[in-house]
Amino acid sequence: MSTGMLSDGIATSSIRRGMKAATPVVMGYIPIAIAFGILASQVGLGIAEAAAMSVFVFAGSAQFIAVGMIGAGNSIGAIVVTTFLVNLRHLLMSAALSPHLRGLSHKELAWFGFQLTDETFALHSTRFREGVPDVLESFALNGTAQVSWVLGTIAGVLVGGVVSDVDGLGMDYTLPAMFIALVFIQVHNSTYFTVGVLGGAAAMVFQVTGMGVWSIIAATVLAATAGVVLEQWKAG
Amino acid sequence: MESWIVLTILLMMIVTYVPRTAPLLFLTRFDLPKGVILWLKYIPVAVLSALLYPSILLPAGELDVSSSNEFLVAALPTMLVVWCTRSLFWTVVVGVLAVSVLREMGV
Repeated sequence: MSTGMLSDGIATSSIRRGMKAATPVVMGYIPIAIAFGILASQVGLGIAEAAAMSVFVFAGSAQFIAVGMIGAGNSIGAIVVTTFLVNLRHLLMSAALSPHLRGLSHKELAWFGFQLTDETFALHSTRFREGVPDVLESFALNGTAQVSWVLGTIAGVLVGGVVSDVDGLGMDYTLPAMFIALVFIQVHNSTYFTVGVLGGAAAMVFQVTGMGVWSIIAATVLAATAGVVLEQWKAG
Repeated sequence: MESWIVLTILLMMIVTYVPRTAPLLFLTRFDLPKGVILWLKYIPVAVLSALLYPSILLPAGELDVSSSNEFLVAALPTMLVVWCTRSLFWTVVVGVLAVSVLREMGV
């Protein structure tokens, strides 16, 4: 009985630490989730539909793109392929974290992967350098981040029904601003900088020349491949 | 909920979940070739830039580098904030405020 109470106490403090560590992500997610909810309501999605996407997909940029594509009347196939390609970057993040998570069971890994986003990855990869915390702490961090994402989505749909002119609020700049921050943070050296500029420039050229949905994919493949070539060339 | 949106969300979930989880589950058993890992390393910055640049520089589907492009003008204070704070939250707040102020001014 007493050992049960003791482990309950340890579990509670792990959960508290995880929730606290999620604070910057929560602050980042809420305005973006609200903007997502507003955009979702603008293309005709209801609370249940927008919230379901945030619960089951939980991928900020892919959700914005998917809703934008729904609004533009794209096919389900195009939306799913785009979502896959946009979220394929998580493969690397998942791979990068795996050496730190060997102690987890398959069930725990399966749950951890479900809530692996750019932002939770950013926190975990920093925290794991100082030792891997209790798994409950990591789950509390991820769970807090996702709860804020879902609640923000619901709030956004509710606001979206009232606010008709969101353009004046500048809320449509949340995604570009988030991407500016993420690109900036991911530029570790001149090769990353070159890859970013090349990817951005190629995407614009491909879009202007009418490659449509494939322009992002083609630009990404081109720029990443150039990054590998450049790195090999620099290494001599 | 209509069936097409249920199907869309279900498929989005599957194609998002598998790349997020498969390496966690299998990487210790099946190592990726070195070249693939090197290539994947550059995917994040490449794909985010490919999404970002057109959204800022092609606001109406055509290149707009004039001062009336509020997304481009707002990128300057936005970059300054991320450089100073590294905070996703403050970057987004300042970016959104900058765009709303520019629109209020009718630039």
